[in-house]
Amino acid sequence: MATRTVVIASTVGLHARPASLFTQAVDATGLDITIAKDGEEPVDAASILMVMALGAGHGETMTLASEDEGADAALDSLVALLSRDLDAE
Amino acid sequence: MSGQLTGVGVGRGAVCGPVARVSSAPQAPAGETPPADKEVAKAAVSQAFSEVTAGLRRRAVAAEGTLAEVLEATAMMAEDKALIKDVLRRVTAGEPTLTAVDRSVDKFCQMFLGAGGYLAERVTDLRSIRGRVLAQLMGLPEPEVPDLSVPSVIVAEDLAPADTAALDLTKVLAVVTELGGPTSHTAIIAGQQGIPCVVRVAGAMTLVDGTQVAVDAAAGTVTTDPSEELRAEYAERARVLASLDDLTGPGATSDGHPVQLLANVGQVQDATRAAGKANEGVGLFRTEVLFLEATSAPTEAEQAAAYGAVLTAFGDRKVVVRTLDAGADKPLAFANQAHEDNPALGVRGYRLGRILPDLLDTQLAALARARAETGIEPWVMAPMIATPEEAREFAAKARSYGIATVGVMVEVPAAALRADRILAEVDFVSLGTNDLSQYTMAADRLQGALSDLLSPWQPAVLELVARVAAAGVSAGKPVGVCGESAGDPLMGLVLAGMGITSLSMAPGAVATTRYVLSRHSFAQCQVIAEAVLAVETADQARQAVLDRVDPQVRAVLAL
Repeated sequence: MATRTVVIASTVGLHARPASLFTQAVDATGLDITIAKDGEEPVDAASILMVMALGAGHGETMTLASEDEGADAALDSLVALLSRDLDAE
Repeated sequence: MSGQLTGVGVGRGAVCGPVARVSSAPQAPAGETPPADKEVAKAAVSQAFSEVTAGLRRRAVAAEGTLAEVLEATAMMAEDKALIKDVLRRVTAGEPTLTAVDRSVDKFCQMFLGAGGYLAERVTDLRSIRGRVLAQLMGLPEPEVPDLSVPSVIVAEDLAPADTAALDLTKVLAVVTELGGPTSHTAIIAGQQGIPCVVRVAGAMTLVDGTQVAVDAAAGTVTTDPSEELRAEYAERARVLASLDDLTGPGATSDGHPVQLLANVGQVQDATRAAGKANEGVGLFRTEVLFLEATSAPTEAEQAAAYGAVLTAFGDRKVVVRTLDAGADKPLAFANQAHEDNPALGVRGYRLGRILPDLLDTQLAALARARAETGIEPWVMAPMIATPEEAREFAAKARSYGIATVGVMVEVPAAALRADRILAEVDFVSLGTNDLSQYTMAADRLQGALSDLLSPWQPAVLELVARVAAAGVSAGKPVGVCGESAGDPLMGLVLAGMGITSLSMAPGAVATTRYVLSRHSFAQCQVIAEAVLAVETADQARQAVLDRVDPQVRAVLAL
């Protein structure tokens, strides 16, 4: 299983616009990817409702994971996405 | 017979008009039976969600700006895989179709409500989606706002942006909702448009279409079948409120004691907009926006251009520029700051110079350059000053760049207590009452549960403000207030009475404060200022002002 950790750079955290940009990017990979807050159950990363409900704030560390083939490159690109301040873009 | 419903008001306006109800969203019937063919039912569920998504997306395309983004986000929620999967799973497990939709949406609503804040507000969008999906499945038209033939008071269970998008705002006299919150998107739009709005009105949906109602946003009330007297009173209030914008002179009490009325601005665009309104300048130009969104430190030239634009927009009016107020709570993308457990008490504001000394130098150089290029003198002040020594250090540095009028913010109790010595070092001070409250009351500004302690009416905070004002009067130097409390017209009377020389607030609040000040003499303000210090609680302090305020002001502002 491929996993990555990433710190949320968006100043408003992972909701609203950043959440929608992120889930769209996950959906575009076509892979089953999960996202989890430290010590919490992973949720479907392509679901904007689940991602918003995580309530991940600025500076929080998240874990992305996938068991699908080709997941390494996909996770790397998602890490890069979350490392930018999506709200300011 | 007239009756009254109460809720939470947004805005000051009051208006009378006929009710135009938004039909209640369809609901899953009680005692619904499971579908005969689960596969057919599941196909219908998927179809309903995609129809609703498509409809929302059509509206998003037709809309502009923030509304378009909000509608697109709603569309994404309506096509959410996890939501639809949850409904399908329930149908497979034998639940009735409409009940399954209801329960799945409800599950997410509970999750969002549990998280509170921003997410709790999104429950309105989820419920709007539920109503639309149920309507699709039941073969009913999706719930829509009515076509308004005459100006009306919109009454709804709740209004999502998806619902208001189709509304002709020019025909909306007021908005009344049974659910929703004062910071919901709908309430914010109503506020911006100056439409009186009352939310969380229990029983709103019992109002009948066409009934005359009187909506008072200041009091948070909805009165059915209002009397002639009430109509006349509301009409008079509306007339005076509308006339406030016609007053444009400098702020002063009825007997001519001047109190400058200034605007708080955050961005160059805000400043240009505020410059077009009747005010005496800018009391707080927050420069952080230039920095917080930047991926690298803004250069002297970039900053000088922004400062110059603001100075030019206000011409010969005063502009007070606050140097960078950032820190661990408002982190800079281009500077690696250590994590702080207690950022409000950490390296922020002027203290940032301890780890990033170049930032302040570049900013002062940029201000000097803007001054040279425009020929306009900015007033410059530093945030988060705690000691006279820090004030002296900042003043010396700013003056070395040729800044003529140098000040500091007083938001730390230590600075308020030593205001006379701080004023000996600088040309003016400005009270940041939000932070002064947080530090005086030892209550985090972001802790909703402590909002009573954070009331600007807390006598301890007012006592510190009075102390700083008195120090200013004896030093003969300006003492302004640029926190939120400056925009409360009742507090404006207190501050004027204490000897505060300028009030800086949201540009939209200036007209009301100008009017309220003009209705009281300086001696009356002094009596009011003494009264608030003689009581024990925040509520008593506000009441002490209300008891002494001009009756016409009370009537017009529904205080």
